[in-house]
Amino acid sequence: MTATGQLLFEGADWDFRTLQRICDACEQIARDELKLDVYPNQIEVITAEQMLDAYSSVGMPLFYKHWSFGKHFAFQEASYRKGLMGLAYEIVINSSPCISYLMEENTATMQTLVIAHAAFGHNHFFKNNYLFKQWTDADGILDYLEFAKRYVAHCEERHGRLAVEHTLDAAHALMSHGIDRYPGKKSLDLRAEEKRAGRRRAHEESAFNDLWRTVPTGPAKSGAVLDIERRRQMLGLPQENLLYFLEKTAPRLRPWQRELLRIVRNIAQYFYPQSQTKVMNEGTATYVHYRIISRLHEQGRLTDGNFLEFLQSHTNVVFQPEFDDPRYSGFNPYALGFAMMQDIERIVANPEAEDREWFPDIAGTGDTMGVLRDIWANYRDESFISQFMSPRLMRQFRMFHLHDNPEERAGIRVDAIHDERGYRRLRRELARQYDVGFIDANIEVVDVDLAGDRRLMLRHTVVKGAQLSEADTKRVLQHLADLWSYDVSLVEVDTSNKVLKEYVANPRNIAVAA
Amino acid sequence: MAIHIVDRRLNPGSKSLENRQRFLRRAKALVQGAVKKSSQTRDIKDVLEGGEVSVPIDGMDEPRFRREGGTRDMVLPGNKKFVEGDYLPRPNPSGGKGRGAGEGDSEDTFRFVLSRDEFVDLFLDDLELPDLAKRKLAEVESEGIRRAGYTTSGSPANISVSRTVSRALARRVALRRPRPEALAALEAELLDCSDEARRAELMAEIEALKTKMRRIPFIDPIDIRYRRFETVPKPVAQAVMFCLMDVSGSMTEHMKDLAKRFYMLLYVFLKRRYRHVEIVFIRHTDRAEEVDEQTFFYGPASGGTLVSSALQAMHDIVRSRFRPADWNIYAAQASDGDNSYADGEVTSWLLTDKILPVTQFFAYLEVGQENGLSYEMPNSSLWTLYEGLRASGAPLSMRKVNERSEIFPVFHDLFQRRSQQERTGS
Repeated sequence: MTATGQLLFEGADWDFRTLQRICDACEQIARDELKLDVYPNQIEVITAEQMLDAYSSVGMPLFYKHWSFGKHFAFQEASYRKGLMGLAYEIVINSSPCISYLMEENTATMQTLVIAHAAFGHNHFFKNNYLFKQWTDADGILDYLEFAKRYVAHCEERHGRLAVEHTLDAAHALMSHGIDRYPGKKSLDLRAEEKRAGRRRAHEESAFNDLWRTVPTGPAKSGAVLDIERRRQMLGLPQENLLYFLEKTAPRLRPWQRELLRIVRNIAQYFYPQSQTKVMNEGTATYVHYRIISRLHEQGRLTDGNFLEFLQSHTNVVFQPEFDDPRYSGFNPYALGFAMMQDIERIVANPEAEDREWFPDIAGTGDTMGVLRDIWANYRDESFISQFMSPRLMRQFRMFHLHDNPEERAGIRVDAIHDERGYRRLRRELARQYDVGFIDANIEVVDVDLAGDRRLMLRHTVVKGAQLSEADTKRVLQHLADLWSYDVSLVEVDTSNKVLKEYVANPRNIAVAA
Repeated sequence: MAIHIVDRRLNPGSKSLENRQRFLRRAKALVQGAVKKSSQTRDIKDVLEGGEVSVPIDGMDEPRFRREGGTRDMVLPGNKKFVEGDYLPRPNPSGGKGRGAGEGDSEDTFRFVLSRDEFVDLFLDDLELPDLAKRKLAEVESEGIRRAGYTTSGSPANISVSRTVSRALARRVALRRPRPEALAALEAELLDCSDEARRAELMAEIEALKTKMRRIPFIDPIDIRYRRFETVPKPVAQAVMFCLMDVSGSMTEHMKDLAKRFYMLLYVFLKRRYRHVEIVFIRHTDRAEEVDEQTFFYGPASGGTLVSSALQAMHDIVRSRFRPADWNIYAAQASDGDNSYADGEVTSWLLTDKILPVTQFFAYLEVGQENGLSYEMPNSSLWTLYEGLRASGAPLSMRKVNERSEIFPVFHDLFQRRSQQERTGS
């Protein structure tokens, strides 16, 4: 253990020994003072180009090959070159060990910030939040990605790059509808997934006999029309996980295509908790880095100059432009998350009357870290905001609620502002913005016309009048039809079941040939 | 719990390369369009530089189910003056779209940086120049060898004795191999010595020296160095390309564009074939002058037409600057075919007597109107003249072009024909 009072580094330069010292110092504070519980850490120093690489493959260290990652890379590289975009200081991966990427250009202070932020803040959140526990398998993910990469490459070898590309394109288009939104199934065990796929492949190979391919199938079985309800039940309808449905029931997919759908689906599922906890996750990490670095400064292990440099970056990160600022693009999850964490700290440590009334359970209990750790473990953005957004914070951000009804001629109505009447409504509306139930369109498979032309029928339940954008929908449906191999229809209905619009897509030949 | 720190910076290769190639393959048509567009505005020499092209990103987007419209509720920060029940004017109908569930890719096009090879490949690919350039390159490029230092492996014939010996010496010194003189001295002393103790001492010392000498050989395999040779492309002769263009008023922008594309192709082709290519731009009306590229293609000029003036200018330049013995001379002439009747005689004389004997290749490109049909073009005066020369055996290649798409086939054809002629001629 290094003695306190001794500077971790001076100036901006760092080397690997400095990094090690920084890690040890951060770890000591994280463990002893904040009582964080983290996965083992692995810190990797990379170049800007590698950072761009990581960006374009959704931040993963290894990923299967696909042109869209090349596209993202080219796009991001272009805007990076033009200076439109700075690179993130870090990327952190929800895996065990938890991998954090540090850019080599960062100064020593920035490296300290990043280590505290990613290797302790995010890491603790990944390990303890219930959503991550429920949906992700930190031990298995890297192996699974390795498997996915190999599998895709293997498929390309066997079935041609183009056929694989078509399947993946289609799967990507449906990725956001390849998620089980509600628990009930057991969490992913990616290692078992990989083994299972291998076994199935081996079985297919051993069981394949060309003879059976030529056996006449005989006339189709007649009669026995299944009761509609029973059939729907057997197909598991209605089903909102489109990829799952296709993987299990699409009649003409090859086994390897099903496996590709499964891979895309598993990865989408893996990222599902991240989209639900953006504010909390960033809030946690920012709060943790702020605590750790302030403490390092108190201990005299950071110079005032370095601390100022830290404060400047920190302030940039948690900057929240106001709605009429040209830089405004929604709530900054860092700003909102950090503000809420700090606000909770205040409520726990020194509450006012208002806080005692709003948060009787935590106000004045005194154990800041205990309360925070509990919150970090048991909430997601939506529930977190609806439980812990305080009136004081709403005033601080000067929040207001707008209701935009295109029918209304007068314009956009201000529905609530940060006053006594508005607090609860504001909070409810803000929480709804983070509710995954509202973020993605509600599209389900409702039926398959088995007696007729095997048409797959989907339904989009329109909420608040927001219909699907036509051009995109047609293209996605085309992909869907290619996978399904028969016609696909999608109806948009409003809450009173009135049909607003109907789409039909026919499969292209490619899919049949593939 | 020790934290593992890894330096990944040295990891070879970028993961993105493969994905980038896939993207390029996928976006080929788009990128090609962009390359085509950008090569129109580029200078001939810059074609080989590669560089940025703008690719429309919306042609490459990936569709998702997205919602739009409907009533929207949002909570925003930064209220300064609104109270409940206020109405805000809508910004403008399109502004109301806002950021949907899509990605943040806000730009319609983005600049995509192509490497030199990627650019030329796409450029040539567009013109469907298959392996012509490569084949020609292989024919012409010859290799020489030159010394390139020393290596630890090689054939015995290449052992460098002096280098090997000096390395052996250095090693022997460094490892303190006993010198033979020292051994001889000791042995001499032993012969003379009568004291038993001293003798034993000397013998032990001699033995030690001998062991050491055995252990540290005079020449060790690690000392051996071989002369290394590497192959270098022999400096292939240089080439000069004359671009002759009629710029009289009858030449439209379209015609100049056709000519430019032909010149560009010729340049790319020559560039791949020769180490050093010069371009001379000569434009002419009834007078000819040497100009820079800008003026050549874009400078306004007008006047009568005297083709011979350009040929005369080329001849003068060749005589003063490009000795035919040292230079491969190429000429490409683009014209709409108009020439004054009186000029025919001089033109023909200049070509047959002065120009053709020194040029490797003389191409005549007759450019026509857009949407015209080449076989419908009546034979122009120049065409008739050249046709006559060709019939009498002059090595001239000539073609008519109306459309951009014809440029490459014509080019290909011209070069094909020439190599056939060569074969039959030899």
